[in-house]
Amino acid sequence: MLISLSLVAFLPFLLFSVLYFKSFLLLRDFGLGQLIFSHSWHPSRGEFGFYPFIIGSIWVTLLAILISTPICLLTAINVTQYARKRFLRIMHPVIDILAGIPSVVYGVWGILVIVPFISRYLGPWLGIKTMGYSILAAAFVLSIMIIPFILNIMIEIFKTIPMELKEAALSLGSTKWQMVKHVLLRKALPGIIAAVGFGLARAFGETMAVLMVVGNVVKVPTSVFDPGYTLPALIANNYGEVLSIPQYDSALMFAALLLLVVSLFFNLLMHFFISRYNKY
Amino acid sequence: MKRRLKVEEAFFRVMMNLSTAFILLILGVIIYSVFEKGMKAISWEMLTSIPSGGYYYGKGGGILNAIVGSMTLAFGATILAFLIGLPVALYINVFLHGKKKLVNLIRFILDLIWGIPSIVYGAFGFTLMVLVGLQTSLLAGIITVTLFILPIMIRSMDEILRTVPDGLMEATYSLGSNKSELAFKIFTRQSVSGIITAVLLSFGRAIGDAASVLFTAGYTDNLPNSLMEPVATLPLSIFFQLSSPVPEVQERAYASALVLTVIILIVSLFSRGLGKRYHKTKINF
Amino acid sequence: MMETAIKINNLNVFAEKSQILKNINCEIPKNKITVILGPSGCGKTTLLKCMNRLTDLYPELKVSGEILINDKNVLDPDADIYKLRQSMGLLSQRPYPLPMTIYNNIAYALKLRGVKGNRKISLLVMDYLRQANLYEEVRKRLKEPASKLSIGQQQRLCLARGLAVNPEIILADEPTSALDPISSRFIDEKFQEIKTNYTIVVVTHILRQARRIADHVIFMYLGEVIEQGPAAQFFENPREEQTRLYLDGMFN
Repeated sequence: MLISLSLVAFLPFLLFSVLYFKSFLLLRDFGLGQLIFSHSWHPSRGEFGFYPFIIGSIWVTLLAILISTPICLLTAINVTQYARKRFLRIMHPVIDILAGIPSVVYGVWGILVIVPFISRYLGPWLGIKTMGYSILAAAFVLSIMIIPFILNIMIEIFKTIPMELKEAALSLGSTKWQMVKHVLLRKALPGIIAAVGFGLARAFGETMAVLMVVGNVVKVPTSVFDPGYTLPALIANNYGEVLSIPQYDSALMFAALLLLVVSLFFNLLMHFFISRYNKY
Repeated sequence: MKRRLKVEEAFFRVMMNLSTAFILLILGVIIYSVFEKGMKAISWEMLTSIPSGGYYYGKGGGILNAIVGSMTLAFGATILAFLIGLPVALYINVFLHGKKKLVNLIRFILDLIWGIPSIVYGAFGFTLMVLVGLQTSLLAGIITVTLFILPIMIRSMDEILRTVPDGLMEATYSLGSNKSELAFKIFTRQSVSGIITAVLLSFGRAIGDAASVLFTAGYTDNLPNSLMEPVATLPLSIFFQLSSPVPEVQERAYASALVLTVIILIVSLFSRGLGKRYHKTKINF
Repeated sequence: MMETAIKINNLNVFAEKSQILKNINCEIPKNKITVILGPSGCGKTTLLKCMNRLTDLYPELKVSGEILINDKNVLDPDADIYKLRQSMGLLSQRPYPLPMTIYNNIAYALKLRGVKGNRKISLLVMDYLRQANLYEEVRKRLKEPASKLSIGQQQRLCLARGLAVNPEIILADEPTSALDPISSRFIDEKFQEIKTNYTIVVVTHILRQARRIADHVIFMYLGEVIEQGPAAQFFENPREEQTRLYLDGMFN
């Protein structure tokens, strides 16, 4: 038992040290600042600038969060405050199935539905020429993927708000919507922020579905209709060649390290945020 | 004033219903498009044979290698994660019972690990492999996927075990059974269906994830016959076939996607069913 | 002859499988403290929640009958429930301050009531805090979240908030059960002090509290009203056998 437990407990440190150890060479040669802010990515010439990937990841993630947050929030309020209780029983399996669908299947769906939709309808309609494989396509697929995750947390949070608090607001003569707006949302705000933060961390590391629809062009995107590249996609696409180019493996492990650090950082932040707020 | 409020509430109620409908619709569209495309491409031959010569140019053969490979890998990883995870979950709930701070810290670390993207595990597994001189293989795949599903396994079992009421523990103590016996008998019996749900959940994760096996399990046209050889997996077969320029091969990716989706649906249906029964007994308790 | 504030006729409440209130008929006198007494789970709280239609929040409850306040039926689906709820201040078992500052907890109630103008609101906030004996304690921390107050202070804040909607009736559901003895005593005494201006309905299962504050008693058991009447008569000379048993502490 103890061995298992310590294995698990030290896993994050183990992950961190192995990845750090592997990317150490690169860090020593180039320095963190240059790796993160340099635009030029030419592994064969020994130039490793992660900026396009980092920006690509940030665009895709933020856009995905922007799409899914309002949808989740509205749905969570709907099923916990307005809809009949029976409806929540329908919603639970829906969330489970959406959460269970594998990333590649989301990718397939993105290629089948979202990419053509953007290249054939949305792009032309806005007068923009696009392949369809783009930041927007990735963000959209990603937003669907994180909906079950965020929605689930939000529903749980709304459920924990005591009935009596809602009664107190209503007994003052507020309408149901006023109660939702002024009391429920305010009380749930830290939880809502945490849900979004967890979703953000999850979206940032998502690999396969994004890889399949984002276009994979090493370039700092200028519009959401441009193709882009993300950090996880960089690792997944290039692991095959790592041993043929010097320092390439170091570079990919550095990308993995970045993902690990961002994920741990966001999750840590949100946990502390919740636990601090709970003391009130 | 009141009128403006009513308009506002009506507006938001419409938006709420639209959002909810959107989620239901999207699920429908995903399931529909996977089934519609997949049903056209799927055949008995695809499910029962391995790729034959020229498969990747659109000739005969099937994805049996990936189906069996995925199953083997996912089973292996789930069993391994279960063997490591159950003791941990029990340890937290029995031996550390009452040490709230420590338990919370462990839960917190587990939640942190849960949040780490699977590609990071893939990269980590790959590095370890290179370090110890292991090739891409079933074994490396199983180890990586085990690490990846471990937090899911432990935390879901932990959540189940937490609900075992304190009164039950005290009752058993007073009968004089020692702690290990208590742990394995009472706890597991009380929460068998919940633990099965946790196992199914982990299995679903294990079979669906591509990023962690991409570097570690490799890919092969053969059925798995050794721990030290590469193994094909469904997510990767979808990914590789879809990136082929040959339309027939792309079609097969849809068939593979259908197979994977059906497996996932069955797994989640099963755990739903068990979950329901579990909740019923919980109310009676 | 005393004036009636609330008159309840043939009130029935059904949950999915059981009947929570069975044919309730009772009268609650104006400007008096009426105690709804009875063991836990007898439907006292539900009866209270029917009066300001908080039962609407629970779709599984089916409510029928009449509750007349100023000759208007509260249960009428067309009734203006917002006005109606504002005519009743609610004090619940545990204090539930709104997730805002101390000041805003009361200002929010005032705004819902339609009070306009910051100066006016701020004067009224102070006034209600004083009425609840809270002003001196929180004078310097009005901008702090209300949840930082002690439980006793929170309950007094809730009382101030309940008064701030300018109600005719105060509904209190075991308002002192979570409080320390000093805060409890304050609430009880406050009720005595303000009952000339309000009709007060207190739900409790504590006999001692009932004896201390009640002018009028409604005794309930298993969803039915067993006996009702002026406190003196109820405690000294109960008519019903069940009441006598309860008063003697035989119920449990």
